[in-house]
Amino acid sequence: MAVLLTKTSRVLVQGITGHQGQFHTRAMLDFGTKVVAGVTPGKAGEKVEGVPVLDSVEDAVRRKRANTSIVFVPAPYAKDAAVEAIEAGIRLLVIITERIPFHDALDIIPYARSKGCVVIGPNCPGIISPGHAKAGIMPNHIFRPGDVGVISRSGTLTYEIVHAITQAGLGQTTCIGIGGDPIIGTDMVEALALFQKDRATKRIVVVGEIGGTAEEEAAAFIAKRVRKPVVAYVAGRTAPPGRRMGHAGAIIQAGRGTAESKMKAFADAGVPVADFPVDVAKLLAVA
Amino acid sequence: MKFLEHKAKEVFTRHGIPVPRGIVVSSPDAIVDPPLPCMVKAQVLVGGRGKVGGIRPAATLEEARAVAAQILGMEIGGYRVKEVYLAERLEIAQELYLGLTIDRSARQPLLMASALGGVEIESVPRDKIFMAHVPAMLGLQPYLIRGLKAKLGLPKEIGDQVADIARRAYALFRAEDAELVEINPLALLTDGRVVAGDAKLVVDDNAEYRHPDYAAMDQDRTPLEEEAHGKGITFIQLDGDVGVIANGAGLTMATLDVLNLKGGRGGTFLDLGGTDDPRKVQEAFEILIKARPSVILLNIFGGITKADTVALGVKQALEVLPTKVPVVARIKGVNEDRARAILNEIGMHAADTIEEAAELAVRVGAGGT
Repeated sequence: MAVLLTKTSRVLVQGITGHQGQFHTRAMLDFGTKVVAGVTPGKAGEKVEGVPVLDSVEDAVRRKRANTSIVFVPAPYAKDAAVEAIEAGIRLLVIITERIPFHDALDIIPYARSKGCVVIGPNCPGIISPGHAKAGIMPNHIFRPGDVGVISRSGTLTYEIVHAITQAGLGQTTCIGIGGDPIIGTDMVEALALFQKDRATKRIVVVGEIGGTAEEEAAAFIAKRVRKPVVAYVAGRTAPPGRRMGHAGAIIQAGRGTAESKMKAFADAGVPVADFPVDVAKLLAVA
Repeated sequence: MKFLEHKAKEVFTRHGIPVPRGIVVSSPDAIVDPPLPCMVKAQVLVGGRGKVGGIRPAATLEEARAVAAQILGMEIGGYRVKEVYLAERLEIAQELYLGLTIDRSARQPLLMASALGGVEIESVPRDKIFMAHVPAMLGLQPYLIRGLKAKLGLPKEIGDQVADIARRAYALFRAEDAELVEINPLALLTDGRVVAGDAKLVVDDNAEYRHPDYAAMDQDRTPLEEEAHGKGITFIQLDGDVGVIANGAGLTMATLDVLNLKGGRGGTFLDLGGTDDPRKVQEAFEILIKARPSVILLNIFGGITKADTVALGVKQALEVLPTKVPVVARIKGVNEDRARAILNEIGMHAADTIEEAAELAVRVGAGGT
């Protein structure tokens, strides 16, 4: 099985009529995803790639039984879209949108959790379960069903690593792009717990980067609770302190959040850390 | 967006947080009626200005001008002092601390206060700091304020003032989309008043659209970074000589790391993002070339972004831009063969993996081929 997103997930696309929404609706359909509806207020009645557009998330949940939503709406409107989805009873909310104000995320995420809605992102490539479905923007062709669970804070770097894993003859149960923002819905520890529980997942890859303490917390959790082999990569060894390296969350502040600290935490937890991204696949093969 | 002290104090004043009287000037002659005696404080976005002589007292108008003349133009942490802030000198009885930040792991605002202020909060013993998460949805509840007052153990009169400032600081934190509000010292004066002796404020860049006034403020960016920022390009100047450009923040960081492991040093962090728009690629290369790298290392993993359209953008950029800078490229993904053919046309060094590309960049940068 996969985690969080499966064949039975009924996916709604918020912001389906935008450029990104249209493009990725097609790609998600191609991957076998049940995209049951799209929402763009005021555009009900239209169709995108054969998917009906509705006016509200409530309509999508009531009429199309959507239980998962992927949000493409621009940052200034993302909080509105998220709260609408949570209120309508969406269980898995994937927020692709980047540059959402931190204080909006501070509102959205605890609220979603209080309602039992799992949030992935913001500022993430989404979630993909090969053989099942995709609620995300990852390139379909690099994925293949298999037994590796992937957790990552970045996008293209993950594709690079996943591509190497697939080329090495392995595949993935689910790949969760948890997002590059400081405040995210599903953190590394939660994602690790899901993969630990999932019987189909035999090995886990964690792709971290500088900033915050997520990797240190993940390492502590792995040492205590994870009984499956884990391989890690940490980006940003050469990043200067005090600078935001593209991702809002990728910043070394007051000496905290360095790559050294994270790599040491993984090493102390017995998790091999790859020097080069593609080495993740090699370490996995012997894990 | 980082705020200079005087800018932060303007915001504090707007939110009713008491600050000492003060004026800002950019030349000694502009000092006419300063609060006296005063402290003349360099206005820079980096910390530690006091230790290098960026904060000095003055008792008279003449002295204030003389001290201002010394501080203006100083270089502190790589930044030239363009403004000084002349603040009324305070008769401080005790230095306290108040801070608000975002706890990433808890996904909540974190309120901190201590009766031991005036030093870096990291150096204060943990048990002397009041720390509490504030549920953002519900706001700063009275029990948190009661807890804060109890922990600081101040006389009621003073505790009430600190509590009021804490409430206002939290309101500011939320309303202004702050990542950090720090008042250190929060000064208890000999006359019993509590005022913000210093003011640190950082506002979330993502919320720039909600605070257009702040966007115009000077940031600690190099001129080239400023230019890139204006064009919406994610670009950071580093101290090496290899111009690194890749797509995606994580991949760009990883490319710099691989380069380093192969003995090279990155001079730029340029994240092309998800674009393959030739115009955007060209803009990015313009910035990159202005950074005067000895060699450019391009690393693209095209997932959705098509490799050949990125290559076309690179080709166009290099046709327009007069440069002799060699380029090492590694392009993978959709249409990578076509991409490689395009890059070969313009004599670009193509590599198959990041490691190979990094090695090649190090060799080419050192004058080899």
